[in-house]
Amino acid sequence: MIRFEDVSVTYEGAAEPVVAGVDFEVPEGELVLLAGPSGVGKSTVLGAVSGLVPHFTGGTLRGRVTVAGRDTRTHQPRHLADVVGTVGQDPLAHFVTDTVEDELAYGMESLGLAPEVMRRRVEETLDLLGLAGLRDRPIATLSGGQRQRVAIGSVLTPHPQVLVLDEPTSALDPAAAEEVLAVLQRLVHDLGTTVLMAEHRLERVIQYADRVVLLPGPGEPPVVGAPAEVMAVSPVFPPVVDLGRLAGWSPLPLTVRDARRRAAGLRARLSARAETGSVATATAAGPVTATAGGEAAVAAGRRASGAARVGTGGAPSGGGAVPAPASGHSLGRPRHGAPDVPSPRRSLFRRRPAAAPAPRRPPIADVRSLSLHRDRVRALRHVNLTVAPGETIALMGRNGAGKSTLLSSLVGLLAPTAGSVTVGGLTPHRTPPPTLVREVGLVPQDPRDLLYTDTVAEECTAADRDAGAAPGTCRALVSGLLPGIADDTHPRDLSEGQCLALALAVVLTARPPLLLLDEPTRGLDYAAKARLVAVLRGLAAEGHAIVLATHDVELAAELAHRVVLLAEGEVIADGPTAEIVVSSPSFAPQVTKILAPQRWLTVAEVRKALA
Amino acid sequence: MSPGDLRGCPGRSRRTTLHPGAWWLWAVSLGTAATRTTNPLLLGLLIAASGYVVATHRSPAPWARSYTAFVKLALAVLLVRVVFAVALGSPIPGTHTLLTLPEIPLPHWAQGIRLGGRVTAEAVVFAAYDGLKLATLLVCVGAANALASPTRLLKSLPGALYETGVAVVVALTFAPHLIADVQRLRAARRLRGRPDRGVRGLLQVGLPVLEGALERSVALAAAMESRGYGRTAEVPARVRRTTAALTLGGLLGVCAGTYGMLTAEGGSYGLPVLLAGVAAALAGLRLGGRRSLRTRYRPDPWGPRAWLVTGSGAAVAALLTLASVRDPQALHPGVVPLVAPALPLWPAAAVLLALLPALVPREHP
Repeated sequence: MIRFEDVSVTYEGAAEPVVAGVDFEVPEGELVLLAGPSGVGKSTVLGAVSGLVPHFTGGTLRGRVTVAGRDTRTHQPRHLADVVGTVGQDPLAHFVTDTVEDELAYGMESLGLAPEVMRRRVEETLDLLGLAGLRDRPIATLSGGQRQRVAIGSVLTPHPQVLVLDEPTSALDPAAAEEVLAVLQRLVHDLGTTVLMAEHRLERVIQYADRVVLLPGPGEPPVVGAPAEVMAVSPVFPPVVDLGRLAGWSPLPLTVRDARRRAAGLRARLSARAETGSVATATAAGPVTATAGGEAAVAAGRRASGAARVGTGGAPSGGGAVPAPASGHSLGRPRHGAPDVPSPRRSLFRRRPAAAPAPRRPPIADVRSLSLHRDRVRALRHVNLTVAPGETIALMGRNGAGKSTLLSSLVGLLAPTAGSVTVGGLTPHRTPPPTLVREVGLVPQDPRDLLYTDTVAEECTAADRDAGAAPGTCRALVSGLLPGIADDTHPRDLSEGQCLALALAVVLTARPPLLLLDEPTRGLDYAAKARLVAVLRGLAAEGHAIVLATHDVELAAELAHRVVLLAEGEVIADGPTAEIVVSSPSFAPQVTKILAPQRWLTVAEVRKALA
Repeated sequence: MSPGDLRGCPGRSRRTTLHPGAWWLWAVSLGTAATRTTNPLLLGLLIAASGYVVATHRSPAPWARSYTAFVKLALAVLLVRVVFAVALGSPIPGTHTLLTLPEIPLPHWAQGIRLGGRVTAEAVVFAAYDGLKLATLLVCVGAANALASPTRLLKSLPGALYETGVAVVVALTFAPHLIADVQRLRAARRLRGRPDRGVRGLLQVGLPVLEGALERSVALAAAMESRGYGRTAEVPARVRRTTAALTLGGLLGVCAGTYGMLTAEGGSYGLPVLLAGVAAALAGLRLGGRRSLRTRYRPDPWGPRAWLVTGSGAAVAALLTLASVRDPQALHPGVVPLVAPALPLWPAAAVLLALLPALVPREHP
């Protein structure tokens, strides 16, 4: 159905081709996943299918791409519109009309389908994607997941034989992502649609793929094969594959189900290790919490050269309810002037307040029965949240549950309708920005929003000036987070991961004790994500409190001490990561699902326990 | 936002939506009626009637919020008109001096312009009447915007013009997106610890905003292209040539006809040439539509309710025009000498006809 014959693409002004030697075929009715690290030309390959590359983007395409027998050299994208449906990375840029129903009909109108056919297909698509309740809504008022579904629906209605999707689930919460993937699978199974998609979050999509086309590096020819074979050599892989490689399973499992069926031996090995006590922290009572705590403490200890504390931090006395940044943050920043607190800290709202001594350090942020209305919609109602120094909190929940709104209110972008928000003793929306940046920093969903200037160096100088920091502070942070970035690079030329690192450095220049991140892993590959995790762990160990709004359960499992679940603007759960994610089918990371009933969160923990 | 939240939201269902053209015609008719009178009571009545219909029938969509903006604009226009009359004087003779501003002597060449000086009640009242007329016109346009999105109106364009229409609509959405971008980037300024208000803040986000807007336009163009925008049907060369000839000839005819109508000696040929030109241009458009493959998805039907809405507007316009001919005194209350405006009974009753659309059942019970 799609055929690449020795294709290479070179953009204007570039010396090297973005992709080269691309030669593969996608048969009709297959779901093919295009995988690879950031910047290897996945979007270019997708664009070549719809004809946008090179007709729209410019550049030179060598070789030949045919779709349903049509050569893209002789067919403009508009003349491929009846066979190829394309959804780009940003659904908002895709919409032409302003209501859902009109948007679904737009493509069919362009193709000149009969009114009664259009009518029927719009109704079918509304049902297929669960959009019936939104049909008359203006698109501007939809949430991210809803927009993504409308974008997919709008290219589905002309019944294309080929569907091309660029990161269809990156912006979606786990449940919405599964919904979209279920729809795709149904299209493949029932309608014989051919699907080619690129996605960073392999853990969500790998199980649906019939084949994987892996682009290992820029300009390198792709590796094509069955998912299990390709994953064995891939530089990007989901946790289930990581665990499979660790345990030496062959062929590699791709789904939680496959892995579980083989995991009996691994589980036995893990529990045996725990009993012999070779890993001091993996006690039978709560291996997860203890291990997570131990890890954080190790990081803290390393940073602060306080290796002696690791033992105490790793074995919290109170049954493991409290994560262990305790030992780390005591070495942290002296901004609040609190003395070292040698005993593990506990927050007020834990379930066992009796066992917890009152916190000696004031919380960094305190949200009390916060309600917030946005455009006559109640975005938050009666939210209570306390953030203690050194704590990492993951805010999770559906798209539109109020996560971003909560973060915005913490940095004073939105004023509360009722209730109060206090950050470092200040009321954010009444505090002048120059004062506030020293208390709290937010890296927004699109980190590029924070960057204004033409070069990295100028950005750093501006950041130092804004924050009133010593010249060079920001540049030092950038070099730490992002080694080998040249001073004269334009921020727009940076990859997603580099941009995030730069924005993070800009925010950290003011050394805010509270750091907020909104969807930090969107568009990051596994390597960039691993770097981000290491950076954030280090910051938490230094005493920064971190709140991240994320859909990425694996990230939450690796980083967060506490998970706060939001639904319809209310906090529905608040507790240690292990307790919250383990009990939730949609928020549990893959490793947890595979090794249940034992409570492990990440492959790193398992690896350490086995070591 | 979940679907659950929206059930209470007064959505508008396409099935029962009135044709957008009906609302625009109604509003334009009210505007026409407003130009026929300077009686503040009648104008006030017009504003109240249109405002009432907007309150009962406006959609929850974002563009409906523009009504408030239009009302504010109308107030500003009224105020500016009065301020000008006070500051610059007015040719209206008057005897009731309200106050005397210090007059600024102007050089000889600026004769006829006066700054400051005597402010008479007559001049102020005249300016207020005049400003109110303009303000009413603006409020009527605002009402049309709130009741039916201009985008939906463009959907009813003939096929040959559709693609131009889409381009216009996309250009129209550029502005709101730009505003959203400015808001987002000013928020981001705040995150960097810079003041987010003030002109400097606005200027500094200017370049990134434009960059972002351009990028989005390119992305939208790519999306439209890959969704089949601009596909054309193969039409025989003969038809293409005929289309071009008809359209061009028609437009020339319209120009010539208009010229003829306006000049004294062209009275005989003006009207026929104009009509022929219009006919040829319309035929050209219709033929040009053949090149377009497009079909319409659920075009808005023009039903009895649309007739009622349009009819009520047209009736108001016609009756007020009639009244302005029959009874100019009542519709243009005198300012010299200053008299309190009286409410002429039957024109007022005519204006109340504009309320008829409020009786049309609300689209979503």
